Amino acid sequence: MSKELWKGNEAIAEAAVRAGLQAYFGYPITPQTEILEYLSRRMPELGRAFVQAESELGAINMVYGAACTGSRVMSSSSSPGVSLMMEGLSYIAGTEVPAVLVNVMRGGPGLGNIAPAQSDYNQAVHGGGHGDYPRIVLAPASVQEAIDLMGLSFDLAEKYRMICMVILDGSVGQMMEPAEMPEMKPIVDRKFEWATNGAIDRERRILSSIYINPPAEEVANFRLGKRWQEVQANEVRYKEYFLDDAEFVIVGFGTAGRVALSAVRTARSEGIKVGLLRPITVSPYPYEVIDQLAGRVSGFLVTEMNMGQMYDDVRLAVRGRVPVEFYGRTGGVVPFPDEILGEIHRIAAGHWSREADPRVSWQTRMADVISEK
Amino acid sequence: MTTLAPNNLVYDRPEGFTETPTHYCPGCTHGVAHRLIAEVLEEMNLIPRTIGVAPVGCAVFAYNYFDTDFVEAPHGRAPAMATGIKRVLPDRIVFTYQGDGDLASIGMGEIVHAAARGENLTVIFINNANFGMTGGQMAPTTLPGMKTTSSPNGRDVETQGYPIRMAEMLATLDGVGYCVRRSLHDPKNIRLAKKAIRMAFETQARGLGFSMVELLSTCPTNWGMTPVSSLKFVEEHMMPAYPLGDYKVGAAVATIKI
Ligand SMILES: Cc1ncc(C[n+]2csc(CCOP(=O)(O)OP(=O)(O)O)c2C)c(N)n1
Ligand code: SF4
Ligand SMILES: [Mg+2]
Repeated sequence: MSKELWKGNEAIAEAAVRAGLQAYFGYPITPQTEILEYLSRRMPELGRAFVQAESELGAINMVYGAACTGSRVMSSSSSPGVSLMMEGLSYIAGTEVPAVLVNVMRGGPGLGNIAPAQSDYNQAVHGGGHGDYPRIVLAPASVQEAIDLMGLSFDLAEKYRMICMVILDGSVGQMMEPAEMPEMKPIVDRKFEWATNGAIDRERRILSSIYINPPAEEVANFRLGKRWQEVQANEVRYKEYFLDDAEFVIVGFGTAGRVALSAVRTARSEGIKVGLLRPITVSPYPYEVIDQLAGRVSGFLVTEMNMGQMYDDVRLAVRGRVPVEFYGRTGGVVPFPDEILGEIHRIAAGHWSREADPRVSWQTRMADVISEK
Repeated sequence: MTTLAPNNLVYDRPEGFTETPTHYCPGCTHGVAHRLIAEVLEEMNLIPRTIGVAPVGCAVFAYNYFDTDFVEAPHGRAPAMATGIKRVLPDRIVFTYQGDGDLASIGMGEIVHAAARGENLTVIFINNANFGMTGGQMAPTTLPGMKTTSSPNGRDVETQGYPIRMAEMLATLDGVGYCVRRSLHDPKNIRLAKKAIRMAFETQARGLGFSMVELLSTCPTNWGMTPVSSLKFVEEHMMPAYPLGDYKVGAAVATIKI
């Protein structure tokens, strides 16, 4: 198939349709509403289920119900809406049914704004709903990558009976880019041996997240833990740029990674030996590759569109062996490549921060940069 | 279990039930409601096609009793889960079983919108005027002046609001095909309740919209009454506040003969 111009959110919706999406439940919120609007046309046209729910609580529980039948199902939302979905996510995880959720992140906390941000990283990767539960989180940096990851997200969710979140920011969601759509896949009945779709010609089934007996809940949590180890061993994905001879490495996901790549290319043209690691799975996190890099590079610069959330994961992998610097913009402000290039120049000149948490000196340096305009 | 000679057998477990001993308190009418549903599903030959949605509340383990597929919803969200199931499997029978805390408090948004959308679901709503499972706190359905663990001096409507009449409220919505209130306090009313449950499932089976049967129910444990006096309480105090009746029977539903 040839490339066409696609808007990020619509591309995500169509990619999900082509991956065999059977049901979509959602609620409008900027900057992801185009996904809902697109599917409100597309799903009924194909005889598939679409409901604009009464709230994100309603939407995620509709997803939960449809997921229990073994259907391919998803929702999408943006930060405040995803917060409301956390209850449902925890139940979905506890019931071990597959579901896909797209979060087109916006500036926060609170109502914040509708501009691009990455400040739900911790919610997606480390936190969110209650209880011990793992989840897969994918972070595309372009429209094409978003299309490709949508197909993958359903496969992973079903393979591991786990939530798969796709997190991006409004700039990828709203941007138009040439991209190639996959072929339309037929809807298949995957005949899951756990699905509650009516006990016709079989024993009845129950799906619940209740383990009233604590030792049984412990067994369930260990089962999830074991499955997570499998995910960690097999599903880590990232992209590396100029790492072979890099003396220091930038780590950034999604749009921040993409902006950093422009800066890295310019720095390379100036002869600075800097590389870029862009995690695609932020959960499972590419700890191992960072661990290996930490053995041979002089340091890292983490760049994000938040106050430094993935930063903690990089530090975990580096284990104090080399400095880990931070540069971020937050609240819906997207960094320019020049800002990151400035950081590259500072580090290339040997000015590493000395304090235990380099986010302190970053905040001090930002005093001249951040303004209400 | 002792087995009786067939000619002496007057009361047996319906086919829609599994062989699970009850966990409900003595005198609690949750079990009666369960049995009526199981009998109706059996009579309508719906057991293999049915998917139930259990609530959070004393009926959280409803799935242990029914011999059908079952899922267990977060507190109040059963109508949303049921919507998700029914939309991908429109030829299955999907019902929720919900208490008054579940349906009329935390799940008010979900129930109203499932009804407004006219989802082809059946809702069995157990109104026992309190949060049974958590130890008898005030529910939106608690009667004015009624003592609960969170209205120790009796529900003061000035500060704690007024009871909500769900059947009346949902009956105003165009998506609703069948919406009635019945009571489980004596054999005659139990028979009428069963008929209503049958009508509700018939409504769904024919695709005639949302159906709900509200059932006035007892909670002897948290009401601090004997089983017998709690049945009396339903008749003397709950029925005047929650009148029994058919609040909506759609034109097409009215033609159903059972
Ligand atoms: C989100 C959430 N909040 C609170 C609870 C605690 N909780 C469990 S059951 C219940 C009330 C149930 O009352 P009702 O629906 O009337 O059912 P009953 O036990 O009376 O049949 C509450 C508040 C919960 N499980 N989940
Ligand atoms: S606490 Fe009340 S509602 Fe719950 S089982 Fe006992 S009597 Fe029934
Ligand atoms: Mg109750």
